[in-house]
Amino acid sequence: MALSTPSIFEHLTAAFPELTLAHDEAAPCIIVPAAGIKDVCLQLRDHPDTAFDFLMSLSGIDFADGTLGVVYHLASMTHKHKLTLKVVVPKDAPHVVSVEKVWRTADWHEREAFDLYGIVFDGHRDLRRILMPYDWEGHPLLKDYEVPEFYNGMKVPY
Amino acid sequence: MGLLSQQYDDGNIVLTTAEGVLNWARLCSLYQMSFGLACCAIEMMAASASHNDIMRFGVIPRPSPRQSDVMIVAGTVTLKMASRLKRLYEQMAEPRYVVSMGSCSNCGGPYWEHGYHVLKGVDRVVPVDVYIPGCPPRPEALLEGWMRLQEKVRTFTTVRPKATDNAAA
Amino acid sequence: MADLKENIAEHIESGRLKTDELILHMGPQHPSTHGVLRLELVLDGEIVVKVIPHLGYLHRCFEKHAEAMTYPQVIPYTDRLDYLASMNNNHGYVLAVERMLGIELPERVEYIRVIMAELQRIASHLVAVGTYGLDIGAFTPFLYLFRDREYILDIFEKTCGARLLYNYFWVGGLSHDVHTGFEKEVGDFVKYFRPTLTEVNTLLNYNKIFVQRTANVGVLPADVAISYGCSGPMLRGSGVDFDLRRDDPYSIYDRFDWKVIVGDGEVGTLGDCWDRNMVRMKEMAVSCDIIEQALASFPEGDVTTALPKRIRPPKGAEQYARVENPRGELGFYVVSDGTANPFRVKCRAPGFVNLSVIDEISQGHLISDLVAILGSIDIVLGEIDR
Ligand code: SF4
Repeated sequence: MALSTPSIFEHLTAAFPELTLAHDEAAPCIIVPAAGIKDVCLQLRDHPDTAFDFLMSLSGIDFADGTLGVVYHLASMTHKHKLTLKVVVPKDAPHVVSVEKVWRTADWHEREAFDLYGIVFDGHRDLRRILMPYDWEGHPLLKDYEVPEFYNGMKVPY
Repeated sequence: MGLLSQQYDDGNIVLTTAEGVLNWARLCSLYQMSFGLACCAIEMMAASASHNDIMRFGVIPRPSPRQSDVMIVAGTVTLKMASRLKRLYEQMAEPRYVVSMGSCSNCGGPYWEHGYHVLKGVDRVVPVDVYIPGCPPRPEALLEGWMRLQEKVRTFTTVRPKATDNAAA
Repeated sequence: MADLKENIAEHIESGRLKTDELILHMGPQHPSTHGVLRLELVLDGEIVVKVIPHLGYLHRCFEKHAEAMTYPQVIPYTDRLDYLASMNNNHGYVLAVERMLGIELPERVEYIRVIMAELQRIASHLVAVGTYGLDIGAFTPFLYLFRDREYILDIFEKTCGARLLYNYFWVGGLSHDVHTGFEKEVGDFVKYFRPTLTEVNTLLNYNKIFVQRTANVGVLPADVAISYGCSGPMLRGSGVDFDLRRDDPYSIYDRFDWKVIVGDGEVGTLGDCWDRNMVRMKEMAVSCDIIEQALASFPEGDVTTALPKRIRPPKGAEQYARVENPRGELGFYVVSDGTANPFRVKCRAPGFVNLSVIDEISQGHLISDLVAILGSIDIVLGEIDR
């Protein structure tokens, strides 16, 4: 049976009384603390009522107010419902627990978020840059990123 | 021999210069390094498939740079790719030619302004003989560019320049 | 000979002769990596032990561009993500923005979008199957399939003026109406095209060599496919009956009568390379069905009535829209901050996710099978690296 975001929120608050979860009704999404995201995801994946077996997308985001975010879009193939989870972390210590062991999709997506935003996923087995060269400096999708003048002797700006 | 059959009075003698024969032979069998980068490579494939058939110009795609004469840079060259591209160019045997296909390899194309990881023009790393504009250039444009390249090969000379040439120039 | 073998075995055992794994780099310039992918292969003789893909050789900073452009200006960049399926890419992006703005589309726009998207799906699958033949060593089918693809491109060119990158779907409509005679041309094409599928089947797909190269190679079990997030023909080739056009309906796909193609392990194991390729072949016929039904009830009307004057979604609005691209689930996550530029656009590229499974399914195969596996994933580097 397809569940809506509010009922999943109720389900989660019952399952995790110690976590401070919040429900953002405008988006709609559920905001999860960075340390608890893996447990929440495991619960969502393994509980037969929710059965989120498919991670559609995992995106990093720079809110431009000193915080970074990670947005998880989940879907269930059996119940055909969807859910959005959000994690907000401070920019100077961007640590999120990795969900790579929950869905293998997260492996490359987390590497991408690390590459482009510098978000560190604790517990990821192989957190390397994925798109940019391994010797690149900085994380280019941050809002305050400045393009370097030269890379390996090649001029970067036009 | 089709057109030429029984057209001559005697013998099979054609007079030409050594240079003419050499250039003619070379321009009719310019081997291309099969090497696609991005969207333009799809048009390059379309140019070598049915409908356009670039093989009638004597173009045979070779997978190895050591066997090829021309590198068509078809698509966006990124900074990560640029050093590899230069390496490939250096592996080709002389005389070698580079055709830059599409705006991206000409000057960065749509990515010129915010492309922090795009090389703004392949001529920053290798010398280019023919530029083909377009995003993507049509296969016909590639054929036109190819004919321009053949013109360039045709004017290649084996004659050492004389001192008077420089004075005239 | 036997002596020699025993000798070698003895040497290895005694530790005088050392064996080691070989590391081989495939790409970024390689005829069968479909662009600029680099694979680092760990080999034990001819056997693949591990595959480590290195991406990013075509990273063109799409997401940074999207933040610096206005909403309509992003559409041409979405074209260039998956350049074999530009129409479908446009569709995903405009769907996300339209849902943020709450735009209702005229009937005719929806019909044209569906027809164009399905034609594009055929064109993309034609390239996929054709180049797959090339990888396996069959050159002729490539020529046949590219011939048919040119007919589709001709129709696109007449309508939007471009052969490859169209910028045709706009937020709230289309850049302009189809040309006169469009219905007839598309109808004629579909009639012409159906029999050629049988031709390709005899030429390529049931060819004995092709079957031996692809059947039982690169088997992807259904649960692995779901865990890795594979979608499109990758997922359906493994026997999972899932298609976004039916299971998360968008546009007007729910009005038509068509069926989702799943692999059935006809000549080998379920989920092998042959199945994935066959799903693509059969999907082309399904696309023809959809196009024919759409043409039968093609409405008249104006396609520009719903085009908004100003595109500024409300502050804080966000939307994740997904569509079924020829390669799988294409998602766009768009966030607005109330200005004319998007605050964040994330593209969930199907190829990116599908490619991540390659290590899992190629272990233990010969190095020549790796080419068959890579071809059956049907990657487009433009969307993988973005
Ligand atoms: S010039 Fe245009 S078509 Fe060619 S690679 Fe660049 S963006 Fe793609």
